[in-house]
Amino acid sequence: MAHVTELAPGVVPGLPRQAPAPGWAARAPAEILTAFDYGRVSQLPGGQTLREYTFIAQETEIEVAKGVMFPAWTYNGSVPGPTIRCTEGDRVRIYFQNGTRHPHTIHLHGVHPASMDGVFEQVPPGHSYTYEFDADPWGLFPYHCHTMPIRKHIEKGLYGTMIVDPPTPREPAHELVMVMNGFDTDVDGENEVYTVNGVANYFNEHPIELKVGALVRVYLSNMTEFDPINSFHLHGNMFKLYRSGTSTTNPELTDTVMLCQGERAVLEFRYKYPGKFMFHAHQSEFAELGWMGFFDVKA
Amino acid sequence: MAARSHDGRGDDGQGHASDAPFPARPPDAAPTSDTAPAAPASGKSGGALALLALLPVALLVALISLFVVYGDELLGPAPVPPDALGKLDIERLWFRPEGVAVQVVNTGPAPLTVAQVIVNDALWEFAIEPGPAIPRLGRATIGIAYPWLEGEPVTVKVLTANGLAFLKTVPIAATTPEPSSSLLLLFALLGVLVGVLPVYLGLLWFPLVRRLDRAVLDFLLALTAGLLIFLGVDAVVEALELAGRVPSPFRGIGLVAIGVAGSILVLLGVSRRTIDAAAGRSEAERALALSFLISTGIGLHNFGEGLAIGAAYAVGELALGAFLVVGFTLHNITEGFGILTPIARHGTTLKNLLLLGLAAGGPTILGTWLGGFAYSDLWATLFLAIGAGAVFQVVYELARLTTSKGGSRIATPLGAAGVLTGMLLMYLTGLFVA
Repeated sequence: MAHVTELAPGVVPGLPRQAPAPGWAARAPAEILTAFDYGRVSQLPGGQTLREYTFIAQETEIEVAKGVMFPAWTYNGSVPGPTIRCTEGDRVRIYFQNGTRHPHTIHLHGVHPASMDGVFEQVPPGHSYTYEFDADPWGLFPYHCHTMPIRKHIEKGLYGTMIVDPPTPREPAHELVMVMNGFDTDVDGENEVYTVNGVANYFNEHPIELKVGALVRVYLSNMTEFDPINSFHLHGNMFKLYRSGTSTTNPELTDTVMLCQGERAVLEFRYKYPGKFMFHAHQSEFAELGWMGFFDVKA
Repeated sequence: MAARSHDGRGDDGQGHASDAPFPARPPDAAPTSDTAPAAPASGKSGGALALLALLPVALLVALISLFVVYGDELLGPAPVPPDALGKLDIERLWFRPEGVAVQVVNTGPAPLTVAQVIVNDALWEFAIEPGPAIPRLGRATIGIAYPWLEGEPVTVKVLTANGLAFLKTVPIAATTPEPSSSLLLLFALLGVLVGVLPVYLGLLWFPLVRRLDRAVLDFLLALTAGLLIFLGVDAVVEALELAGRVPSPFRGIGLVAIGVAGSILVLLGVSRRTIDAAAGRSEAERALALSFLISTGIGLHNFGEGLAIGAAYAVGELALGAFLVVGFTLHNITEGFGILTPIARHGTTLKNLLLLGLAAGGPTILGTWLGGFAYSDLWATLFLAIGAGAVFQVVYELARLTTSKGGSRIATPLGAAGVLTGMLLMYLTGLFVA
């Protein structure tokens, strides 16, 4: 354990050794929005919950705006990658395989041993590494590749979200995962389009249905490369803001939050009125380049 | 490759001693046995010539066919996919009340597909004719219902399916004129103001010039040459600048070379037929022919000038102010003067004067129309180059006209002073047309 090992012969870099977990291939942003990966669950001898994941780094052509293809590097075929969900104190084990032509790692935010930090143990093409740690503390965390040049490995799409639930669960709610990002399609060091969950203007064309009065919880993180900040603005409403998702008390009440790369927050709100309400970056440029969507609130 | 014999002929037995295109072989050389297909007796030598001409072509066709079939195997996979080197040139933008139209041409090595259009950093809905897939050297027109603002910059960015971005910025957006009778008239008026009128004003010096003595006239002829040299250099620089905006497959610099050389050669032919044909008659006729040649050259140059003015006005880069008209008038009045100098000593008819002015100034109007309604970098480059070649050729004619047994009268201290004065005059009046 905790060694970079060569994958069995016959594993061709660029091709996944095994299919990603069902439902994760060719996901639309809407799937990322509501899909939580609890892993393969079992009990360790001491009674601790074990959650096992298989993460395969792949080279995948993804559509980042209608008709615009992007040669991405992905965890399990999508940008962002799967949303890892566990509870504080769970044992998390991630079998990482590198099926691309470049070395990669998984660097998870949170508390864990140095050998599980995804910095020194670079995983070359055709090799694997197993990350194992106890989920600690509870909160909302991003994960991403930490191979140099890091900027390239992030802008190519190797990132995702990890939710560590508190021991006392949060109030049940309509839960949504939103990862703010951008894509530099012409490789000039500037993003051409901005998205939530990987496709520009997706939630413009596919509004998210909500119910009047129902509690909505958004797990929001920013993995935008090249631009220093990104932001989220909610129309016709205010939300409770829990920065980093590490507390459930004393929220700030606002309708706009600004996050730098790697920052994240949990947002909670209920809609008072039915109708279509916009949400978008409150940087007009990002909004008009694809980071814009609607909540369709039904009575 | 086939070995070659020392007399420069291939060993394939082509050609006859009598009609070989190479220098004749020594008479003692025996004729080669000919295995060429028999041609009809009447056209035997013609047939053999045709064969000589066609053989390399046939071999070339065979080579190309082989390469098309086996080339990929020979070269192996390309290190970079061709569409990664894609290039889309945004040729023109039109601004209409209902939005923006964009004309693109695919100047890269592979077909490209337009996927998204971004205007001033916003993704915008668009329509594209004939369709989003554009073959190599194909064109398409994109219509975008974008609420652009008069007088503000507009940047259009076209994103292709493989993520490449191509953009063009118009610094000051203004409604693109559509051909209408009133606009045609406006452009014509523009042409008259900057091209025709100044030339005729220059021609009004005719009575004065007639009374000048030979030395002064020679000075003025040299001055005319100076004016023309300045115009020519100016036009070449402008043509080369524009050549840089011509889509690369169309080789703008090559167009400049063709334009300059072509117009010089054509005008040389014309001058031989006019000036030299008049040589047997009188010096007066030769002088008139030269004046017409000068006005033709200046006319070609003014056509290019009109093109630039029309285009600049159409895309809103030119405010037609009184200052500008005054500047062009000052600049172009010297042209009318230059036309006069050859005929000064002989006189001419009013009709000829009117014709001379029309030849020099009239093309300005045509230029403003073409530039205003159907501008293209490619044609503008070519016409500017043609204009440049024309004025250089006229300078050459001037030098010839003033040449007698003692050499050219331009090549004297007085002449040199005249040339420099002419160039300086152009430089100074040009300051008004910045």
